[in-house]
Amino acid sequence: MSTAAIASEAAPVEPIIATREQGSTARFMRAVLHNRKATAGSVILLLIVLISAFPGVIARDDPQAAIYGQDLGPSWQHLLGTTQLGQDVFSQVIWGTRLTLIVTVVVSAIATIISMVIGVTAAYVGGLTDRSLSLLTDIFLILPTLPLLIVLASYLPPGTVTLIVVLTLTSWAFQARQLRSQGLSLRARDFLAAARVRGERTSYIILVEIIPTMTSLIVASFLGLSVFVVGFAAGLQFLGLGNSTELTWGTMLYYAQQGGALEAGNAWWALAPGAAVAVMGAGFALVNYAFDEIGNPALRPVRKRRARTTA
Amino acid sequence: MRYVTRRVGLFLITLWAALTVNFIIPRVMPGNEATSVLATFHGVNPAALHALQIEFGVNVHENLVVTYLQYIANCFTGQFGLTAQRVPVLTEIAGKLPWTLALVGVTTIIAFAIGTLVGVVSAWRRGGKLDGILPPMLFIVATFPVFFVGLLLLYVFAVTLNWLPLSSNYSIGATPSLSLSFIGDVLTHAILPGLSLVIVTAGLWIYSMRNNMITTLAEDYVKMGRAKGLPSWRIMTDYAARNAILPNLTGFAMQLGYVLGGSILVEYTFSYPGLGYLFYTSTTDHDLPLMQALFLVYTLAVLVCVLLADFLTAGLDPRTRDA
Repeated sequence: MSTAAIASEAAPVEPIIATREQGSTARFMRAVLHNRKATAGSVILLLIVLISAFPGVIARDDPQAAIYGQDLGPSWQHLLGTTQLGQDVFSQVIWGTRLTLIVTVVVSAIATIISMVIGVTAAYVGGLTDRSLSLLTDIFLILPTLPLLIVLASYLPPGTVTLIVVLTLTSWAFQARQLRSQGLSLRARDFLAAARVRGERTSYIILVEIIPTMTSLIVASFLGLSVFVVGFAAGLQFLGLGNSTELTWGTMLYYAQQGGALEAGNAWWALAPGAAVAVMGAGFALVNYAFDEIGNPALRPVRKRRARTTA
Repeated sequence: MRYVTRRVGLFLITLWAALTVNFIIPRVMPGNEATSVLATFHGVNPAALHALQIEFGVNVHENLVVTYLQYIANCFTGQFGLTAQRVPVLTEIAGKLPWTLALVGVTTIIAFAIGTLVGVVSAWRRGGKLDGILPPMLFIVATFPVFFVGLLLLYVFAVTLNWLPLSSNYSIGATPSLSLSFIGDVLTHAILPGLSLVIVTAGLWIYSMRNNMITTLAEDYVKMGRAKGLPSWRIMTDYAARNAILPNLTGFAMQLGYVLGGSILVEYTFSYPGLGYLFYTSTTDHDLPLMQALFLVYTLAVLVCVLLADFLTAGLDPRTRDA
């Protein structure tokens, strides 16, 4: 990273603090716009959303129609060549975006909600509830994710619903633990004591009083989860545990691996969906990384001069 | 001491949970996968068949509690029944275990060493050249799916440049021995799968190590060390890094599960015949006994490493000893 970039990233620190009176959304947008990583990540994600909304505009070929020459190299007609069956690879990547994105967002959203409820409840209620929920979290944290996913997916009928269920079940634990520790730090705050004195129910306090104060952490949880879910969903489908009739990047990878795409010299067939998964994951990760920096000022890039004095 | 007892307790409870998950899944999942798989087992060793029937709840007319206890006992005595090829599950696993153990073990150590070292140095020389290039780059690479990195390496080094072998663990026709040429052959086959794992996991270690280190460097005792005029390397290693490494050790649990999952995908990408590839073939063959035993093996591996990391933490962090 160049010196200029570091300086431009360090700049927004002041405005964020100065404009505290403005709405939190405005402050947040400002922080995102001033952070290079956040901008890059947001642009990637926005493009992915647009592609999955209007795939037909970009790729006119029917992604599943096996009507072209087989194992063709890249050309103007077929930007990324064709598959072993004669389907257009570019078209498959573009049309495969939608289901890949849907699975990622749905799983991350449900898992975030589960981790939020379990983490905050454990922290706020405490006692035996805390101990048992924490134990449950620890167990799910240690059970190796992919092996558990494979076992679960092998018993259920292959399909998007199965994918969503098993991924959700295996991915909430890490965030739950983080949200619990954040919840613990809020426990002794006055506004919660006030709510208790007013006689509010526990569920009201958790949902209306505590969770809204943790919005930024919850968004960060969602982003962090998305990075993992993109990879795990594709990995599971790559192993042949998805529904192979559905078009996603993971199933493309599965067919490419089964068809020996690399060995046959048809590299794009395997590399293009792989790269697509990597780009989507990186998009979520960049925004998440920027979130860490916005939330934790200590991690923000420092100016050259200061770095030298501490070294 | 209480810390260690608590962690051993977690170890036992999680092991029990994994065993129970294995017991419950075949019973509650829709469809009769297990029944149809076991129906193919004709004329096999009756003791092994009975172990499988207990595990999957097929043709067992005893009370559920009795079956459950019997299942747990079978697991502890290593009776996991037979694979679809009628080979004892344990024999099959034992044959593949060394390959995965070596691959994952060596790559994890390399990735942890690189990650910790780069993390420490880049936080120490914050804003310097190393800090500007390696952490952001490897952090992005760490989010890449391991199989994509594998496919990329495979394409560049095996298909295009033809420097390294495409797949498997040693050349076809080579006889396993302790000769130098065979060991060299094994190593050339392990380079690409190993490299994929190192590339993807090193970034995670760098990221967390760098952030811990930055937080630790702001502590007063680091300033104190400077004021006392201690040599820089001593402050960096003994004062800052020793404390910064603690969260990384405890984070080992989650990371190792992630690395093991990654190794399954890598072994599949490179057709590397270890436990991960066996796991993959067990799903395509609907070899449920093998698959469930492998799940236990992976869980046990993570648990043992977590416990080791806990002991190490207890050794390094005096606060945990009497907490």
